Amino acid sequence: MECVFGMVGKGFALVVADSSAVNSILVHKSNEDKIMVLDSHKLMGASGEAGDRAQFTEYVQKNVALYQYRNGIPLTTKAAANFMRGELATALRKNPYMVNIVLAGYDKETGPSLYFIDYIATLHKVDKAAFGYGSYFALSMMDRHYHPDMTVDEAIKLADQCIEEIRSRLVVAPQNFIIKIVDKDGAREHSWRRTTKD
Amino acid sequence: MSRRYDSRTTIFSPEGRLYQVEYAMEAIGNAGSAIGILSKDGVVLVGEKKVTSKLLQTSTSTEKMYKIDDHIACAVAGIMSDANILINTARVQAQRYTFSYQEPMPVEQLVQSLCDTKQGYTQFGGLRPFGVSFLFAGWDKNYGFQLYMSDPSGNYGGWKAAAIGANNQAAQSMLKQDYKDNISREEAVQLALKVLSKTMDSTSLTCDKLELAEVFLSSSGKVKYEVCTPDALSKLLVKYGVTQPPAEA
Repeated sequence: MECVFGMVGKGFALVVADSSAVNSILVHKSNEDKIMVLDSHKLMGASGEAGDRAQFTEYVQKNVALYQYRNGIPLTTKAAANFMRGELATALRKNPYMVNIVLAGYDKETGPSLYFIDYIATLHKVDKAAFGYGSYFALSMMDRHYHPDMTVDEAIKLADQCIEEIRSRLVVAPQNFIIKIVDKDGAREHSWRRTTKD
Repeated sequence: MSRRYDSRTTIFSPEGRLYQVEYAMEAIGNAGSAIGILSKDGVVLVGEKKVTSKLLQTSTSTEKMYKIDDHIACAVAGIMSDANILINTARVQAQRYTFSYQEPMPVEQLVQSLCDTKQGYTQFGGLRPFGVSFLFAGWDKNYGFQLYMSDPSGNYGGWKAAAIGANNQAAQSMLKQDYKDNISREEAVQLALKVLSKTMDSTSLTCDKLELAEVFLSSSGKVKYEVCTPDALSKLLVKYGVTQPPAEA
């Protein structure tokens, strides 16, 4: 019942993820940070098999860092997204990574961007994206209320509306959510939405 | 002396030299020269053709200039068959990068990658180094127009103006004297033709002894690599006074 979603606003991109770590009927913890900061201006929200999620996201993060050390310049969001897709595609027909990713980034030349990358190496550049059962509610909510060039406040309000739908309508809804934002000043944590303390 | 250290490429001599690498550079010193000049709106590459014969099919192929990717080209000096291998390697590396990242490969990264390949032949495998020097000209969004020179040792550097092949030292010192920062592409062409005419062995320059190529941005902002046609080249040679105009009948 993991849920990750994101959207692009005016000069920023937002990624929201639930923070439950679940194994069958047991909740290990409800403050798991599933949105990895890939580099100074990129966020990667990941959902799926916990082991694969950690392995793949860390692998990508280290390769992105290595590129920057080797070449003195960071990867663009598009290049990072395509690199990730390539790795997923290469592993797909042997031992696939069961990870779904929402990649948000800010590039100086092209502004904010959002990429939808699923576990079978689908890549789409989008304005709004969502994974998991919560995506049924989040996407519908965003389809109704999203418009281009939203302010941060408007986008947070929409994210809250999505979280509210997920909480009230999903049978085993995650309890806590984390929101991270990326804009020209970098990628950082924005806030949490908690119903339980961990 | 130290002949016993010549036959193996991958060992040092007692004086700390790699003889095979040095011999490779000797081979290039006898080959047709090439000059590259960086201008504020493009990069100019000029090469001296050694193989000149009326029978040569010149319309389709070039001897000195090669396109590596849409935004990178190179001029070669040295053993042509070695150059072909490396050019193919460079082309594959550029496409592999674009396959992974869906973006053009930054110029310096391509040069670095090719030089890493060349360095391998000086350290292991027991194979001789490549007898080629390159002048790479390209454009990318990080650093704009760039010119790089690389040699058989696998070293490379970024240059404002560089010369490889025969008489490259003379050409290099001439370039040092006459190069000015912020020259235009037209001035760079003029300088390159002038320097090449002075350092080439032949008595008069004609368009069939030279190749000229430019890397620049078209009006729509895309990178263009253009080899000058023989007719246009003839006109340029006359314009800059480096050739005899055709005799009046």
